[in-house]
Amino acid sequence: MAAIGKTPRTPALDLHEGLAKLATYPYQILTFVDPDGYPVSVAVAAAIDAAAGTATFPAPSGIATPTDADISLSGSHIRPQPGYGYDERRHVTVWGRGTMSPDGATVSFAAARAWGWDEAEVPFFEYSERSTGQSKKYFDALSVERGTPVKPRLSFGWLALRTTRLPFLSATIVPVVLGIAIAARHGSFDLLTAVLTVIGASFVQLGLNVANDVFDTAQGADDANLTPTKFSGGSRVIQYGLVSFRQMAGIATVFYVGAGLIGLLLLALRGSPALLIIGVVGFIVSIGYTAPPLKFVYRGLGEIAVAIGFGPLMLLGAYVVQTRGALSWEPFVASLPIALLVALILYVNEIPDRRGDARAGKRTLPVRLSKPTVIAIYQVAAVAAYAIVVIGVVVGQLPIPALLALLSAPLALQVSRGLAPNYDNPYGLMAVMGVNVKVHLYAGLLLLAGYLVVLIAGAVAPSVNLFLR
Amino acid sequence: MSTLPEPIEALLEAALVGELTVVDANGHPVTYPLIPLYDGEKIYLTSSTLFSRKLEHIKGNGKVSLSITDPIAVGGRTDRATIQGDARVIEEDPHGGWERLLPIWEKKEPSIVYFLTQRVALPLFFERALIEITPRRALYWADGDAATAPQVSTAGKAAA
Repeated sequence: MAAIGKTPRTPALDLHEGLAKLATYPYQILTFVDPDGYPVSVAVAAAIDAAAGTATFPAPSGIATPTDADISLSGSHIRPQPGYGYDERRHVTVWGRGTMSPDGATVSFAAARAWGWDEAEVPFFEYSERSTGQSKKYFDALSVERGTPVKPRLSFGWLALRTTRLPFLSATIVPVVLGIAIAARHGSFDLLTAVLTVIGASFVQLGLNVANDVFDTAQGADDANLTPTKFSGGSRVIQYGLVSFRQMAGIATVFYVGAGLIGLLLLALRGSPALLIIGVVGFIVSIGYTAPPLKFVYRGLGEIAVAIGFGPLMLLGAYVVQTRGALSWEPFVASLPIALLVALILYVNEIPDRRGDARAGKRTLPVRLSKPTVIAIYQVAAVAAYAIVVIGVVVGQLPIPALLALLSAPLALQVSRGLAPNYDNPYGLMAVMGVNVKVHLYAGLLLLAGYLVVLIAGAVAPSVNLFLR
Repeated sequence: MSTLPEPIEALLEAALVGELTVVDANGHPVTYPLIPLYDGEKIYLTSSTLFSRKLEHIKGNGKVSLSITDPIAVGGRTDRATIQGDARVIEEDPHGGWERLLPIWEKKEPSIVYFLTQRVALPLFFERALIEITPRRALYWADGDAATAPQVSTAGKAAA
């Protein structure tokens, strides 16, 4: 297992670079330790020669600048934002030794080392992520001091939400409910097994989400990722010390066992060979997503695995539970746009992770492919998703109201346009990733709405044909 | 009970950021920009466990200083001050103990209350320790110019 909390620290700052940065501040803060052992700081105006590694400044009046100990020059900047706080944070400190001019009027400073942070260069979230190891060190030391483990905390609700990545459950709910709706149109609906299907399928995804963190941590991918966002980079609960590796493995097991038990119950209630096959394949795809030896996502097969798992498998699985094993082309065709759009969620979320993934040997498509190719594939896949809906309607496999799904297409266009300008900015890409999640959700809900129209029409006016066949 | 001269208290009240300097194990000064929070007697700063090296330094050597030098961070005031004092780290409850200072913090950074509601997004940032500084000595530059010797006062006593 990769060492948790060993994320690289903030990039080192060369002393010349540090002095060059210091020269951009309108004044410098001279700091040293006075004879009583207290630090003292005073603002000075230094003339800085970054190339030479030196600075000179007038000796402050009434304060003896030491020449036999390290002194430092610092710069600090914020931009106040009334009603909000401030932004544009940056600071730099350069340490060195001072030499007093013979007349005592000027101090010459020879720089030795520098340190600083500029949020324009290292965004705050990345800076925080790079500092995760320091937080772990703090809690480890506090635990030793108190003789009892002290850990960072979150309330149970927030922790459960973060650990399981619950908001992503729409990836399961959409295809499962759609499968149930299509089965209902075909005259098969059973409330108990429908509810059990939703719960069981949700358990599979929650198990997958948690297992993904377990195996990504074990293989170093999550530790190597310095730019996680709320859509990418895993839940981070192991990296942050909120949940232990062992606990996460236990949680994943509980979800998978729960899903397995519900699957067995469904087999007992609505048993069919098709359901058994879908269940077994689904389990293999789910576990094999990150777990050795399959590790689909590490081999550039993650998108395909997700497309199959959260497209045809979920939708057809829900369908055959209702129909007691009867299969048809309609739910399969309906699952294809859902499959493509859910794969695109993963695909876009992998873009900000690609550097960390590459370091961990996780050969996802954005790791393997160039920026233009990655964006082109997104566009082709998104167009294909909507084209399948149209073709499905034209050939009579999908009902005409399924065209409602096209209303979500502008969101996909928005994502497509947002990829290029934010490709190298993980935090700028967050908004794009958020819209991309909505593309799948809204397209799925609109497809579902189309089927509700069909069901209502079927009940109210059975003679009306909403299929082009 | 007020322990600092009025102009320095006014600077503390106004400052969006000050420079905390601690002394590391090698005796070197290390400076960190932080929001100073003043309750009329002691100065408080908070530090996330993410950036907790300063806490290690303070535990090793409690002698610190806080300087307020940036006119932009104090609403255009041009006077400057450095307060020397003894610091201690308060960390009984890193999860929520620091929240008692939230009302003072919010006055300077109103967005912090919103960010706290989003704690799930950055949980370690909100695991924090308090740094409590008891002022011992203060240096004050009325014109902000180091060419002039500072007025020096000890805590609770008038400027020298």
